[in-house]
Formats: sequence, structure tokens, C-alpha cells
Amino acid sequence: MNRFLQVAWLVVWKDLRVEARSKEMLFTTLFFAISIVLVFSFGFVRAGQAVEGAAAGILWIAMAFSGTLALGRAFERERYHDALRGLLLAPVDRPAIYLGKLVGLLLLLSLVETVVAVLVAFLFGVPFFRHGWWLFLMLSLGTVGFASVGTLFSAMLVRTRSRTVLLPVLLYPVTIPVLIMGVSGTTALVQAEPDLAMARLWISLLFFFDTVFLTLALWTFEPVMTE
Amino acid sequence: MVSSGDVDFERVTVSDVSRFYGRRRALSRVNFDCASGEIVGLLGPNGAGKSTLLSVLATLAEPSTGKVRYGAWSARAGGAKLRAKIGFLAHDLQLYPELSARENLEFFAGLYGLDRCEARADAALASAGLEFRADEVVEGFSRGMRQRLALERAMIHAPRLMLFDEPFTGLDEASCTALVDRLRHLRGDGRIVIVATHDLDVVDGVLDREILLTGGKLQVLRQSGTLRERYRAAVAKRRGNEQRVKPLQKNVQDQDSEDENGASP
Repeated sequence: MNRFLQVAWLVVWKDLRVEARSKEMLFTTLFFAISIVLVFSFGFVRAGQAVEGAAAGILWIAMAFSGTLALGRAFERERYHDALRGLLLAPVDRPAIYLGKLVGLLLLLSLVETVVAVLVAFLFGVPFFRHGWWLFLMLSLGTVGFASVGTLFSAMLVRTRSRTVLLPVLLYPVTIPVLIMGVSGTTALVQAEPDLAMARLWISLLFFFDTVFLTLALWTFEPVMTE
Repeated sequence: MVSSGDVDFERVTVSDVSRFYGRRRALSRVNFDCASGEIVGLLGPNGAGKSTLLSVLATLAEPSTGKVRYGAWSARAGGAKLRAKIGFLAHDLQLYPELSARENLEFFAGLYGLDRCEARADAALASAGLEFRADEVVEGFSRGMRQRLALERAMIHAPRLMLFDEPFTGLDEASCTALVDRLRHLRGDGRIVIVATHDLDVVDGVLDREILLTGGKLQVLRQSGTLRERYRAAVAKRRGNEQRVKPLQKNVQDQDSEDENGASP
């Protein structure tokens, strides 16, 4: 296997193993996401009828907020016992470490989003799975865009004292386009007459955003992590 | 193993290295060198800049001014291949407490691109005396056990330059003796060993040379007496110099402020 991918896989394996033991990020993220959906369901569902167009927004808000929680913890593990410096001292391409952290987060978030999507579909009575593959693609691309920026910011802030406050302040202005594209695309999919052409457009834009920000993040990770 | 045949070195040279954190100066024009087969002690009170110097030597921090050369290589030119030749046991142990001792070692062996990771981890566990707790998570280990494991983790790739930051912390007497033997073995094996420590009695007689850092500056230790006596004399001398300089600095500051007040209408 290519050495770059081998290192990224090692980091993913390590993060999954740690998460399997502690279940800290999975449980907190899942609990938070479910809480958001439940609270919104009380506000937006009246007599069994959901406010039109609300479900898509709630799905993406739950993804963004719970994702921020997970991102905040992503590099905390490396900060304890200064393990980050152990990683940085290893003779590896440092962007491979970034990729490994990102993939680990994506796996966690995909699990959370699956539960959240099912819950939103059930509580709000929306046909999310009428075009299931389209929704899967939309959520996947949106999560990659959100997490690729978030992982970089999380790494940048790891040595900062007020990182928990700074992360959302930095993250949301940059990732607002992802959330807008995701909500618009999802709405196009679940409306009474699905607009697949519009959904395709939003998916293309999400793909473009992902390509740009993933490339930028891989490119800037090394200088960002050098003291 | 990572191909590092073309990056090896027999000497590390630190030339005029300064390091600033904002306006605070952690290192001030530090110069020294060390060769393979040498154990150099890095001594000094808390906050003297020892850990900063070790970070610079480990290529984890760049000097604000000055250069560090690893043989013919700079940190930037050597890159990942140079890092494959450096081992660093930091004060924080750089272990994952949720992973077992074996998993920690295999993870880092994998990062260093070593072959036969399992066999190497077994050998390292035996060397740390942890073979019977190999599959237990590190979270349940005592500080001394973690320290021994971290030592093996730092040396799993047989580095040329080995940096130790307070390696005796948490070790009992037997483990201290074992570590001292290990340091001697590393010297005999042609490694460059730099040890930052406060445990002067433990390393007395082990070090080939001592470097004293106070306030980010290098100071020379006199040759006679035990290491602790020489250290105390050097620190006292430094404090004496500071006491003499401080009133002079204050006089100059007072004079400046008087001049400013006099000049204002």
C-alpha cells in the first residue's frame, strides 16, 4: 500500500480503537444530535403535520452542531500526554495524519447522521429515502466539506487556550455555503415534486467546495502544525 | 524501515540558536555541539529553556534565529528522513492511555515504517519488563510503568540522536539503574544522547559533558567537585551576576524616566 495511505490508515485504526474503548465522542455526539431533533420536533410538528421545508434544515443543523462537538474533541486526544508531538516527530507526510483524522471523524459522523436521518424522517414524516442514494451522496459530500475545514481548524487551535469558543467562530462562516447547499439540495429532493436537476446542481457545487477545501487543508496542514 | 540511508550524521551542531515566544525569549544565542558516542547533560532550573532546546533539536520547533545542523543536514532539508533518526522521550509521555502497551508500540512502529512490528513490540515490552501486561490499557499503568513504556516507544526505531526530557521521573531505583545502563549502552552503540534532568545524583558519572542553561543562556560548569556542587556553584554565580546587574538596570531606567519628565513641558 502507498505509504501515505498506510499512515492515514494507521491513524484511522488508532482513532477507531480508542473510540471503541471510550465511546466518548460517539455517545456525546449522538446524544446531542438526537436532542436537537427532538427539541425541533416539538416546535415544528403540529397535530402530526410538520412545517413544510423544516425537516431538511433540521437535519443539517443537527449534523453541523453535533459535528462541531466531535470536531472539538478530535485533536483533544492528541493533546493529552502530548501525543500530537509524537505523531509530528514520526517520519511521515504530515498531511497523511490530517487525512487519517478526517476519515476517522467521517466514519463517526456518518454513523450519527444515519440515526439522525431516520429519526427526522420518522418524526417529520418526510420521504428522505424516496431518493435514498441522492440523499446519501448529498450528506456524504456535505459532511466531507464540513469536516475537512473543521479538522484543519481543530488542529490549528489545539494549542490555543480558548479553542472550544474559537472553533465555531472560525468554522461556521467558512462552512455556511456547505449548509446552504445541503439544505437547498435536500429540500429539492423531499418536496412534493422532487427537483432532481436542482439536487444535481447542489451536489456538483458541494463536490466543488469539497475539492477546493480538501486540497487547501492538505496543503496547509504541515505549516499549520509546525511551531 | 523508512529509507534513511542517505540521512545519517555523527554530530549535531547548534549555532547561535535563539527562540522567542512572542516577546519572551526562551533561548538566547545558544552554541554547542555533540558527537556520536557522547552523553550530554542538559541542566538548569525550571523555565531555563531546556525543553525548548530539546524541541528545537527534535525538529518540532524552528529556531527564531540561528541554525541546527545534523551532520550535513538542516532540519528542513532532512525532513522526514531526518526525523526517522531522532528519538524523543518528552516529559509528557506521548502515549495513548486507551490503547494497550502493545498497541501503542505497534502503532508507533507502523508510523516509523518498521517491518516486523509485532516482533519489535514484543522485544520492546520485554525490555520494559511489561511483557505480562502487554495487552492491558496504559490507563491502568503506574507512572513508572508508563515511563518505561514511553522510553521503549521513543527508541523503537533505533535513532541516532536520542533526546530525553526528565527520563528518571517516576522511576524506582532499579528502573533508574536500568535506564543509566541503557544510556551507557546507547553511548557504546555510537548514539548521540542528550539528557535534560534535575536528577543530578543519578546522572553524576554517566554524563560525558554538561551544559547548563539559565534564563535561556548557556553557562560553563567548573570542572572540580560533584555534579551537584558544580551545578549549585554555577547557578549561584549566575544569580549573583543578575543581582549585580539589576540595580544598574534600575538606575538606567530611573535616569531615563527623569530625563523624560524633565524634557516634558
